[in-house]
Amino acid sequence: MRFLPYAVAAWLLLVGLYGIVTSRNLVHTITCLSVAQSSTYILLLSVGFERGGTAPIFLDVPVGTKAVDPVVGALTLTDIVVGATVSALLLALAVQAHKHHGTLDPEQLKPERD
Amino acid sequence: MDAVAALPVALPLLVAAALVGLAPVCPRRAADAAAVATAAVVTVLCLVLLARSLDGPVVYWFGGWTPRDGIALGVAFAVDPVGAALATLAGVLATAALTFSWRIFEAVRTLHQGLMLVFLAGIVGFCLSGDLFNMFVFYELFSVAAYALTGYRTTNPGSVRGALNFAITNSVGAILVLGGIALLYGRTGALNLAQLGQALARGPADRLVVVAFLLLMVGFFVKAAVVPFHFWLADAYALAPTVVGVLFAGVVSELGLYAVARVYWTVFSAPLAGVEGLRGVLLLGAVATALVGGVMCLLQHHLARMLAYATVSHVGLTLAGFALLVPVGAAGAVLYLLADGLVKGSLFIAVGIVDHHLHDVDERRLQGRGRHMPWAAALMVAGALGLAGVPPFGTFLGKALMEEAALEAGAPWLIGLFVVVAALTSAALLRATGRVFLGLGPPGPRDLPAPGPGRAGDHHRRAHPTQLAPAVVLLAAAVAVGLAPGIIDAAQDAAEHFTDRPAYAAAVLEGVPEPGPAAAHPATPLGGPALWAVVSALLGLGLAFVALRPDRLPERLRGGATRLWDPVAAVLRGLHDGGIGDSVTWLVVGMATFGTLVAVVVR
Amino acid sequence: MTPRLRRRVFLAAAAVAGALLLWGLTGLPDYGVYNGPYGDVLNRVAVAERKATNVVASVTFDYRGVDTMGEEYILFAAVLGVAILLRAQRDETEQPPDEDAADRRAPGTSNAVRVIGLALVGPVVLFGIYVVSHGHLTPGGGFQGGVVLATAALLVFLSGEYVTLRRVSPEVVLDTAESVGAAGYVAVGLLGVAAGATFLANVLPLGHPGALLSAGTIPVINLAVGLEVAGGFVLLLSEFLEQTLVIRRPGEVT
Repeated sequence: MRFLPYAVAAWLLLVGLYGIVTSRNLVHTITCLSVAQSSTYILLLSVGFERGGTAPIFLDVPVGTKAVDPVVGALTLTDIVVGATVSALLLALAVQAHKHHGTLDPEQLKPERD
Repeated sequence: MDAVAALPVALPLLVAAALVGLAPVCPRRAADAAAVATAAVVTVLCLVLLARSLDGPVVYWFGGWTPRDGIALGVAFAVDPVGAALATLAGVLATAALTFSWRIFEAVRTLHQGLMLVFLAGIVGFCLSGDLFNMFVFYELFSVAAYALTGYRTTNPGSVRGALNFAITNSVGAILVLGGIALLYGRTGALNLAQLGQALARGPADRLVVVAFLLLMVGFFVKAAVVPFHFWLADAYALAPTVVGVLFAGVVSELGLYAVARVYWTVFSAPLAGVEGLRGVLLLGAVATALVGGVMCLLQHHLARMLAYATVSHVGLTLAGFALLVPVGAAGAVLYLLADGLVKGSLFIAVGIVDHHLHDVDERRLQGRGRHMPWAAALMVAGALGLAGVPPFGTFLGKALMEEAALEAGAPWLIGLFVVVAALTSAALLRATGRVFLGLGPPGPRDLPAPGPGRAGDHHRRAHPTQLAPAVVLLAAAVAVGLAPGIIDAAQDAAEHFTDRPAYAAAVLEGVPEPGPAAAHPATPLGGPALWAVVSALLGLGLAFVALRPDRLPERLRGGATRLWDPVAAVLRGLHDGGIGDSVTWLVVGMATFGTLVAVVVR
Repeated sequence: MTPRLRRRVFLAAAAVAGALLLWGLTGLPDYGVYNGPYGDVLNRVAVAERKATNVVASVTFDYRGVDTMGEEYILFAAVLGVAILLRAQRDETEQPPDEDAADRRAPGTSNAVRVIGLALVGPVVLFGIYVVSHGHLTPGGGFQGGVVLATAALLVFLSGEYVTLRRVSPEVVLDTAESVGAAGYVAVGLLGVAAGATFLANVLPLGHPGALLSAGTIPVINLAVGLEVAGGFVLLLSEFLEQTLVIRRPGEVT
């Protein structure tokens, strides 16, 4: 239990990257990127966790109660927003791919290069 | 603390939001003028910061959160000459690029101006920041703006794949950077660069430090397009409209290297100081990047892709300067990076001019069609000489310092690398110039695919001053870097502060002013480097000549050269022909390789 | 590389990289042990200094407010990018949307979905506004609340009233909302400069912790961010939904 969350984070990253590398559908690729990004959320939150700590919101509990790290919460929030927006942008590109070239398969999007 | 440090970021962001919000009612010229003016103001502000930072870093704590007992509570900008110089470079390039695009009409134009300003703000923030997570946020900011700006012209299948490749590979790089930040935070509970350095200095270089360094290094190397993380770059350059490409070519890749150098010197230099093989690992990456980039540059016929690989190879050279891990090398790398960025920005504008008037960027299809554009030709030739590192360009001074560092470090073979790679990239450009503007060279194959649709432009035959002037100004600035009095000493002073971790930490966390330069620097010998530069330029000219007039070469020599060259070319081309999956696979291969090497040398 | 070769190369490299990662991760303190000073110091002082009971919000919008400004602009840039990509391109013409479009194979919305969807819109909007405005007191804030507000737009789509929605909130309104939100953040920052302090200094009266009007600039920034996020996400949704509902036919392909 002491190491499991970190191992999960590493696993998510590798699985996400595997999905991107072997993908045959752009939406699948983009979702796998999200999975890889979620590894950082898990890692950040695990690093800031304190056993027995409550949420760092002191409305109902007095200041000084053991609470988890608020900073990683803020960092993860930023990270999630960044991840969501990048996914949106990539999905718009995928829509373009399908609209202009009729396919969502990255293997089939070959360039007309020399 | 006065707000000059915050304004170069706040101002473009504000204007960008205003431009987008007012887009329906704002006349086009007003928006253009606002964008150019904002970029110019940012440049001036960064120059002011540069001047102020010469005496010690300008430290600005946002929200007034000054550190307590060495613990940073808020986010700081810690502006030193290197960061300020890079930010100024970005400002200059952005101003030039926006001026160039004055005459180019596109739909959704005002939205583009907004994105360009956000792009600029992200770059400036990244250069000025003294907090690791803040650097990451600005890194993602300019990256996302770049993805948005490049995805626009996706009318052929290769472009869509290119845009996706760019975005996905760079996003994976960002994930790795964030992983490194998380590891460091877990160990030290800090995000401020100076504080991180202090915390790590108290402990050994154990497995966590090694892997954190690896993740940060690899993540930033993706942006810098170091081999094998570079497969996304050529597509991005080919897709980007000129106004974006100028910034790509001039500053974005260099930012990745700056980040690695900054993070190394402020955070990791204490625990990793005694590691013998680290220099070797970094130099390995530098050599691979420089050579692959140089050869691929010669193999390109698409002018923008040629510039992309020229960037890759010059990133390799700059990395070599940093990899020596000594102040002189860093000074040379910074000077080289600044001047080279200006030259490449100018070249990208020249390519943009060609694209705009001739509606094509393939040197074979363009053969001879540029005869009536003498100014553009002159720009390309001057740019090629700048790439070769010929005096009086600033690239010459940068290389001179790097060569001096190489000799001190006992790696004289680096000089050979500089000569060869500079020759390769300038040869490619000179060859292209000869073909496009003078009609030289063997006629190209007849079955070339037609240029992609969407390359519209007006049909003026002459380049307009608003298009030429920015390119000329950039080249002049590159020469100014080379000729500015005292710049070598200034660069060395700046590099010494850049590599001095304890002084930096004291300045940022406690406000202790940095000590002045220890002693006058011995004069850098310039005669040797000048000789090498001339050799480089001649070699480049020779290679270009051989490419354009192969019939002049004796039969046996030609046969031997072809037998050597063709298989190498075929292998490299094949490797570079892949898509998203290939790019990410090579990323992981690079991570595994660098990781193993770094782990081995630290043990 | 062929797909088979690529997979093999990737698996080999990933095995090495994964081993390295795990090796490095073992250097972290055990899960559940937190040593670092940053979080402890902030948990102790944030409420007293900023009168905001949600310490995460005070970190996000005050202590590390610059990061959040950058993050807000990342959203801004991405939405702008999607708008540029998906809005009518030069070689497309737009056909007005038709509720009963012949090409749509989806069945019409059932009445139950319609009624419940529309009935939920009000409460969801209210909840979104609540989350945005109470961000400095309880979990939530501009980002979370903005997304909840955007969900209300999605509910309208699911209820089949999308065309009405488009008439009520045209692109111009969303663009303006987004821009005002983004510019608002920078403006609050400059307020600090104008007041003689640093950028993003908290210069408004702080009030008492637990009160709605407390924590100075934090609720103001929350509102700006909520506006921007709501506008941005509704814009994103509408751009994507346009692609499915509005039938476009390519004109002359240049």
